Amino acid sequence: MRNKKIRGLIILGVLLVTAYYFLPMVVPNLPSFWTTKRLKLGLDLQGGSQIQLEVDFTNSELSEKEREDAIKTAYEIIRNRIDQFGVAEPLIQRVANTNRIIIQLPGLKDPGRAKDLIGKTAMLEFKFVASSEQMQETYKTMDKFLQENIQNYEILQEFSDINDTEEVVDILGIEEDAEDASYDNAMIFTDLTTSEEGMPLQIEYKYLATLKELLKDPQFLQNVPTGLQIALGKEDKNDPYSARDIYILHKRAEITGDALDNAITRIGQGYTAKDKGPYIMLEFKKTGAKKFKNITGQNIGERLAIMLDDIVFIAPTIESRIPDGQARITGNFTIEECHDMVIVLNAGSLPAPVNIIEERTVGPTLGSDSIKAGILAALIGMVVVILFMMIYYGLSGLFADIAVIVNVTFIIAVMTMLEGTLTMPGIAGMILTIGMAVDANVIIFERIREYLAAGKTVRSAVDSGFSRAMVTILDANITTLITALVLYQFGTGPIKGFAVTLSIGIVGSMFASIVLVKAIFDGLVTNSAKDKLSI
Amino acid sequence: MRFFGKTKIDFIGKRRIAFAISLVVILAGIVSLVINKGPKYSIDFTGGVAMELDLTPVKEGAQIIKVQDIRDALTNAGIQDAEIQEIKGAEGKRFILIKTQVVGGMKDKTSTKVIDVIKKQFPDNVDPDTLIRLQEEVGPKIGEELKGKAILAIFWALLGIILYIWWRFEFTFGLAAVAALFHDILITIGIFSFLGIEISLSIVAALLTIVGYSLNDTIVVFDRIREDLKIYRKESYGSVINHSINETLSRTIITSLTTFVVVLSLYLFGGTVIHDFAFAILVGVIVGTYSSIFVASPLMVEHFNKREKKMGTRGKKK
Repeated sequence: MRNKKIRGLIILGVLLVTAYYFLPMVVPNLPSFWTTKRLKLGLDLQGGSQIQLEVDFTNSELSEKEREDAIKTAYEIIRNRIDQFGVAEPLIQRVANTNRIIIQLPGLKDPGRAKDLIGKTAMLEFKFVASSEQMQETYKTMDKFLQENIQNYEILQEFSDINDTEEVVDILGIEEDAEDASYDNAMIFTDLTTSEEGMPLQIEYKYLATLKELLKDPQFLQNVPTGLQIALGKEDKNDPYSARDIYILHKRAEITGDALDNAITRIGQGYTAKDKGPYIMLEFKKTGAKKFKNITGQNIGERLAIMLDDIVFIAPTIESRIPDGQARITGNFTIEECHDMVIVLNAGSLPAPVNIIEERTVGPTLGSDSIKAGILAALIGMVVVILFMMIYYGLSGLFADIAVIVNVTFIIAVMTMLEGTLTMPGIAGMILTIGMAVDANVIIFERIREYLAAGKTVRSAVDSGFSRAMVTILDANITTLITALVLYQFGTGPIKGFAVTLSIGIVGSMFASIVLVKAIFDGLVTNSAKDKLSI
Repeated sequence: MRFFGKTKIDFIGKRRIAFAISLVVILAGIVSLVINKGPKYSIDFTGGVAMELDLTPVKEGAQIIKVQDIRDALTNAGIQDAEIQEIKGAEGKRFILIKTQVVGGMKDKTSTKVIDVIKKQFPDNVDPDTLIRLQEEVGPKIGEELKGKAILAIFWALLGIILYIWWRFEFTFGLAAVAALFHDILITIGIFSFLGIEISLSIVAALLTIVGYSLNDTIVVFDRIREDLKIYRKESYGSVINHSINETLSRTIITSLTTFVVVLSLYLFGGTVIHDFAFAILVGVIVGTYSSIFVASPLMVEHFNKREKKMGTRGKKK
């Protein structure tokens, strides 16, 4: 009796957890804590591109460590470029222990542009940050331009009716000009580039895509005051959703990456207040050093932005003339930040070429076709199997059907719990388990029928049927599980998805058909004095 | 309801006929493989470009593009020997499948080249947002690697299975099961070669699934054989095993039927992407069911009979 209670508790627990993770799929508007974990759709279902890159060392004589650095540099450059590309939730991943990088770009319709971007040589540039007058002029011009052309920018509609921007104006220190009435009522660009805390030159994550669009729009770019450029600061690795800096710079690059010889991280010894903690050491080549000496000498107090592929990574202030081509960038950096920056600084001289070795793109139309087709196939298959079991095994068949339904929801729930990705082969795996899930019950029911035919009572036929069939079911399922695990080991993306749903399905079906269905039978057989069983 | 009462079909007595049928089918497959110079591998294993494009006319009066038009356009652009065919899509849609070798290395991006040619030559049939339905470009290196991985996967799966069955039953059971698996895989590959269907990554996954499924079937019968050998000690091996096959026949057929039905649903309604995969499993379900009844268990009879000749009458063993 006690065993039965434990079994009841286990069943209840599994069902509750399953329901908890499955419900968000079918019930809309659940409280947000409930929907934090969700089932992601693979690129083959939602559409998108996967690109695999390889850092090519075939013609290089780099040491192990240099190779490692080259891969890190390539990774950093690519991350930076993908960031500019403006795809939501990209995934950039180094394939462990290899010189390969995998990029996933959901929702991308034409991978050609992405591949062009990835294939480009990295551009490291040093540019001066504009003066505050120039910045104000830029703001004025862009606000005016956007207001006059708002009809061309659907993405900016929500800013067009905001009038109350007094606070922002004060912070920027722009004197309100009574005569300039049109400028007064809509400052779209100013609004867009002011954080929620009122910090100017910052863009909230939710408007980031809008700004990226603007920075690609030729008409917008044409109206930026001559000689100036608007650029985005780098993403905070630890908090990609935080507001990001915006820079207004001189378009002209003072020095480019090829003038730089090397960048390294150093740790200050703490002899002076400035010589504390990690900093970055830049070493220029001979010609670069000369140029750098002039630039720094003439611009003490100015900020020099260091940018990689049009993203500003850091904009230190020049404190003194640097005569020997050895500059140091100090700040409150952590070692990790310094390392990241050094990678960027060395990006101008990527020591090995990066090649695209594989690309797979699924268009959005094929993706949505696949989902529809997959769901249709699953539903039809499921309905046919459920009806068949009911007709063939009567009431017992209905119990097996419950097991099938529990198993399908169980697969989806576990995938959600593990924050897995559902792919088309994954759906196929799920459909296959619908067919196989009834197998355990078929084995059991056939045994029970045999025992009943041999003249056993219902009770003992059920008990022996389950216990005898158990061994068979375990043996049969474990071997299938072995192949599923091998598939998982060897498979790439979609095939892994198939192996995962298949494995979860096997475990789930064993639970459902052995534990759950047995419990239902026990309830039925003990609680009624039946001497007949619909099977 | 039930399809079968107690059956007493003489599977074992007729096993030579079954062996002959299997042999003929396998040989036919091998002949087809030889004629076609091995299986037809997809770009997953050979490297290359495969793309499915939506070339439904988008502008008033746009022509319906013929396969030959595309071939000409590509040839003019230096992409020769492309394999171009039409895919049956939704109503009123025109989907075209283009397969070609990688021209001039991955750096030159053959797929991008193809897209450019199509966009330029057939502007009235291109909606840039929906043009690309599928685009795959695999470098030859990746192809080689995937081939190696696929072979390893099949090897490890088979090894794992032999070991498990050896542990749970007897070594010979494991060998018979694996022989049945080879039988299933050979026949499936043969049928694929015969129908000219490509072996892709997902087909390898399907083959492994067939392995798992067929084995599942075989083990249920083996399990019964093991049990029956203990119960009917006086009967001959052939008769016991025949009895076991008959006892489990109802289950074998019903499970195969439900699995067949869902996979058929996947094949008919599951869409183009999963079509070949579903077809492979469909073939596998039939062949796997056949092999557990007609190949795996009868092979055990052959083995037991041989052993009996050596070791004396049944009942004295062990």
